[in-house]
Amino acid sequence: MKARARLPLWAEYGLLPAVNLCAALLISGAVIRLIGESPWEAFKLMVTGAFGAQDSIGYTLFYATDFVFTGLAVAVAFHAGLFNIGGEGQAYIGGLGVGLVCLACGSWSPWIVVPLGIGAGCLFGAAWAFVPAWLQARRGSHIVITTIMSNFIASALMTYLLVNVLIKPGQQSPETREFGAGAVMPAVDAVLGKFGIPFAPSPFNLASLLALAACLAVWVFIWRTRWGYALRVVGQNPRAAVYAGISPERTIIVAMLISGGLAGCLGVNELMGSQHRILLDFPGGAGFVGIAVALMGRNHPLGILAAALLFGALYQGGSELSFDMPHVNRDMVVLIQGLVILFCGAMENVFRAPLAALLGSARRPSPP
Amino acid sequence: MDAFRELILLLASTIRVATPLVLAAIAGLFSERSGLIDLGLEGKMLAAAFASAAVSAVTGSAWLGLGAGIATATALALLIAFACVTHRGNQVVAAMAVNIMVAGLAPALALAWFDQGGQTPQLEGPGQRFLGIAWPGELLARRHPFPGLAYSELLSGHNLIVYFAAALVPASAWVLYRTRFGLRLRAVGENPLAVDTAGISVNALRYQASLISGVLCGVAGTYLSTAASAGFVRDMTAGKGYLALAALIFGKWRPYPTLLACLLFAFADAGAARLQGVALPLVGVIPVQFIIALPYILTILLLAGFVGAAVAPKAIGVPYSKEK
Repeated sequence: MKARARLPLWAEYGLLPAVNLCAALLISGAVIRLIGESPWEAFKLMVTGAFGAQDSIGYTLFYATDFVFTGLAVAVAFHAGLFNIGGEGQAYIGGLGVGLVCLACGSWSPWIVVPLGIGAGCLFGAAWAFVPAWLQARRGSHIVITTIMSNFIASALMTYLLVNVLIKPGQQSPETREFGAGAVMPAVDAVLGKFGIPFAPSPFNLASLLALAACLAVWVFIWRTRWGYALRVVGQNPRAAVYAGISPERTIIVAMLISGGLAGCLGVNELMGSQHRILLDFPGGAGFVGIAVALMGRNHPLGILAAALLFGALYQGGSELSFDMPHVNRDMVVLIQGLVILFCGAMENVFRAPLAALLGSARRPSPP
Repeated sequence: MDAFRELILLLASTIRVATPLVLAAIAGLFSERSGLIDLGLEGKMLAAAFASAAVSAVTGSAWLGLGAGIATATALALLIAFACVTHRGNQVVAAMAVNIMVAGLAPALALAWFDQGGQTPQLEGPGQRFLGIAWPGELLARRHPFPGLAYSELLSGHNLIVYFAAALVPASAWVLYRTRFGLRLRAVGENPLAVDTAGISVNALRYQASLISGVLCGVAGTYLSTAASAGFVRDMTAGKGYLALAALIFGKWRPYPTLLACLLFAFADAGAARLQGVALPLVGVIPVQFIIALPYILTILLLAGFVGAAVAPKAIGVPYSKEK
């Protein structure tokens, strides 16, 4: 195959994603202009909506926490050469695990319930990813298709459970009862308040620390352990992996279990940290945002952190935007998300070659 | 007698549910047989549903709506082809990008243009929708329910797109297996290098397949918003694109088995609506959600090789580059 145009590291991890993001924002701006609003005004409103006040910063970071989990989930699978589109379903089922622990042990001490809930979220998310993983490893079933199908199955299963089994008796809307007092991930504003630092209340909670820890753990795992090495070899060249004594089958399963477990942590942030009950469709598309986040962050934890912050800001800014521009709402953010996936993922080669040519000619003047 | 009546009504609604599935699945059949994974069915359909309803609402003509739907879906198909065939991008990523873009763009434009909370206006005027066509003698047949009801409900009374979908299956089987284009299309999905060696352009064939897929998705989307219902609503495809893909896999990438899979899934769907809360002999009440999930469970089982085997076109998902 023709070698991909090579870029210097700073361009690979900084300039190219920035160019791609600019392309996505330009097209979104054109759409906003088409609708008859000013793109520049919209941009300014979005930035103030996302960072203009303490509580809006809190919301931005709260959403970003979600996207770190789902972004890491996509990235770990990517390193093993797998495209896990099932983050949404894995997050949904992971949330079921979190919720069940919180419902059952809600009266216990948070020091026990919170770790139990995190463990259950990981376990349930990983279990939901295990089926497509096993089928890919042992039966060669295309993981993209099986993970998509498992999203729909997860959604049907959760609807059934919430409508028929877990619903709080005597209530119309399909939600569980509220978790007990022990099953609450402390909010950041409450924690800061204890130290005498005032911060406006928001759903931003300590699950964000878990997200940061997950970033670090994923980095150590992928680049500093044997298993991470095996995972990258399988992702680059499964046949070479076999010669190196690495089992692609086992590696695929391990990668997907970790991926599902990370996605399952979404429930810790959303349910334990904010909603305090299980409700219908609580992942709300965060699993798909994870695809954009991982692609934009070049599958590196630092990049994912930055991309998750960006999308957190877009989500928060997008919902604030609709107060001032009734015709521009969060749908526009979904459009930007799709455009980012298009430019950073599918069309990355479009800008790569011209950029490489530009940088190459800048460094080495053409021979006389 | 009542059982017969129930059965006929169930089959009639099966046909209505199956139509967009058949159109989308055959659309996917063409692009997948050429070696392109067609995860973008959902997005192309949703875009067409919006475009056709919007144009029909503004111009008052369902036919212009159909044209707009086809044009929109085709444009998106070409975008995916540009990214994946010309620039050899990842097909799954490109398709997901289009699906997500459309999920945001369609309601955003609907909100801005029509100010009805992300919907298009109700299509109520004459000629704004594709309506059912009554065949001759339909009323007469209705007077003798057995077997006249079968004639009036199953054969007569559907709209043009339903008949188009019915004719599409044999037509695409003929194109695929009996024409030179079909032979080349199947070959390029299995072994593009051989096709290239024979002096036929791999990229041109894949673009043609994408075009066909776009046109058919356009018709499918138009069916959803201007035939099956009266206007576009947010997320109105509701996973039908993925369900069509499941049917395509279930039909092992062949036209007639794909049609059967679509009918089976549609039958389950139509049945689910009627079986809500009804206790069946032996099994009791089946949860609706189980029936909704059934097509996906069946497809996974099939992909796993537990019920027969589904063998995808060999070159599917692999970008072709001449320099190899």
